[in-house]
Amino acid sequence: MESDKVKLPRVPLSQRPEWSDVTPVPQDDGPSPVVPIAYKEEFVETMDYFRAVYLADERSARALRLTAEVIGLNAGNYTVWHFRRSILEALDADLNDELDYIENIARSNSKNYQIWHHRRWVAEKLGTDSARKELEFTKKIFSIDAKHYHAWSHRQWVLLALGGWEDELGYCQQLLEEDIFNNSAWNQRFFVITKSPLLGGLEVMRESEVSYTVEAILTYPENESPWRYLRGLYKGDTQSWVNDAQVWSVCLKVLNAKNNCLFALSTLLDLLCHGLQPNQEINDAVDALKPSGQDQSDSDLVKTVCSILEHIDPIRANYWKWRKSKLPSAT
Amino acid sequence: MGELATEKHVQYILSVEKRKDDFISVAMEYLRMNGAYWGLTTLDLLGKLDAIDVDEVVSWIMKCQHESGGFGGNIGHDPHILYTLSAVQVLALFDKLNVLDVEKVTNYIAGLQNEDGSFSGDEWGEVDTRFSYIAICCLSILHHLNKINVEKAVSYIVSCKNLDGGFGCTPGGESHAGQIFCCVGALAITGSLHHIDKDLLGWWLCERQVKAGGLNGRPEKLPDVCYSWWVLSSLIMIDRVHWISKEKLVKFILDCQDTENGGISDRPDDAVDVYHTYFGVAGLSLLEYPGLKAIDPAYALPVDVVNKIFFGR
Repeated sequence: MESDKVKLPRVPLSQRPEWSDVTPVPQDDGPSPVVPIAYKEEFVETMDYFRAVYLADERSARALRLTAEVIGLNAGNYTVWHFRRSILEALDADLNDELDYIENIARSNSKNYQIWHHRRWVAEKLGTDSARKELEFTKKIFSIDAKHYHAWSHRQWVLLALGGWEDELGYCQQLLEEDIFNNSAWNQRFFVITKSPLLGGLEVMRESEVSYTVEAILTYPENESPWRYLRGLYKGDTQSWVNDAQVWSVCLKVLNAKNNCLFALSTLLDLLCHGLQPNQEINDAVDALKPSGQDQSDSDLVKTVCSILEHIDPIRANYWKWRKSKLPSAT
Repeated sequence: MGELATEKHVQYILSVEKRKDDFISVAMEYLRMNGAYWGLTTLDLLGKLDAIDVDEVVSWIMKCQHESGGFGGNIGHDPHILYTLSAVQVLALFDKLNVLDVEKVTNYIAGLQNEDGSFSGDEWGEVDTRFSYIAICCLSILHHLNKINVEKAVSYIVSCKNLDGGFGCTPGGESHAGQIFCCVGALAITGSLHHIDKDLLGWWLCERQVKAGGLNGRPEKLPDVCYSWWVLSSLIMIDRVHWISKEKLVKFILDCQDTENGGISDRPDDAVDVYHTYFGVAGLSLLEYPGLKAIDPAYALPVDVVNKIFFGR
């Protein structure tokens, strides 16, 4: 929509014949504002004309163009976006053009809530046909910022409301290959396996997801996200989590490598607290990590795990001390 | 370690008005109500609210109210629940809640609740757990929680809980410290904290502290002073704040001060703004930094203001 772009150099509205019949309405800031603002001239003039058309409730093509000018100056103004929607409805405008317009604005304002809300409103009106386009739109955003909170929220809404699940797990896979530390992609992965109508749900997916996650953990044991994801795969089924050899095995492997053991130890601690019976290998691996000078202080494995955690994660020492204090007294 | 440059920060907030042609100021126009809340609450925490002319503030706020009962971000702007809470909070700071037509304001908020218990931000229907918090906080301050279906509101928030114990903006949304504050705050106000797995969430929250001492809002993100509020207040509400290193966090916040011209930024050496100044000072208040008034972690208002609202003293 060429006509929606703010033209440079800007011709003041007061000099445009199109607006000659409108009397601008100045801002009433009150006598002595609390947080007074030094406005730019262009901003003041545009807002004064906007106020005039808004008060007259003029839902016209020129009013639509004016909202674009205001948004160009400040995309955060709720009122302007509202009014723009009323105009789009009144004019029965082509909403595909509106999607293009939003994409332009989003380039420089992608963290703005109003833009996303507006986009959702348009996509909802367009219905399931827009699903593909919306998924592509968020992909473009993720190619710049793969953790973009608004875009993820929008994408989840699109999937639930308009569909388009077919490639979603593959897309998560792709993002995780690009950055295995991307917690948003892990979150989306969980969203897909629990909510996609095509995959059969958490229990059906568990086995393949556990293998995938274990591999991710072994590549970067310091990565918080797959550890939490692994636990999430056994949601509501703690017993399976404790009994599944893959879970304690991955802890063991990381401990034996003696590097970045924090999450392996904390997972092991949780497992032990939930009744895991440690084998000799686990005992030996933990023993080998004991800080020097602490050989005999802890009578049992689980206390030793807490002590090591306290030692290797001093910024959260109080948390680990508390975990230790909460352990049932020695059996 | 440096000290809190209290006097500089007071001067900074009072002088925001004198800056000319500032892009941020222009962009702030529509959310001046939020700006007023951030600035004035900071002044109160610093013990300098008396530098403000109460009547001027109150009359400006009331000019931002709509027929619907909601407040706009400025005079002539559409109402939104975001600005309605800020308006109510600022009036509470000055002990002026009595100027409100409480029925009207609370009807506006109650009207934004949806069938599933969630809340929209305005008549256009954007849904987000932020708005659940705002509605619940606002109605509680005005003693009208009975106007909404609290049970449904709580169950919607609980439906946004994730495998890591945190909360997102809608069901399935990634855990984010800002959203967590909103959900924990709403659950705290409604006496529903038993829905939270405190140890799991507490651990996720304390994992947000990075080596430099600051807090981030999600895994693998940079620390930012604003999370000194979102993360800390949540940890306090679920009684797990002793799990992080307070000393390191205090140092991080103090390192984000502009000690020459006042104000606090998101990270050391960035440009300051009112938003981060508020979150920095509020965070220090939660950390019991000497010389600051205490702030209530759920209502985001000074404790003496909250006491006045609920105990009349």
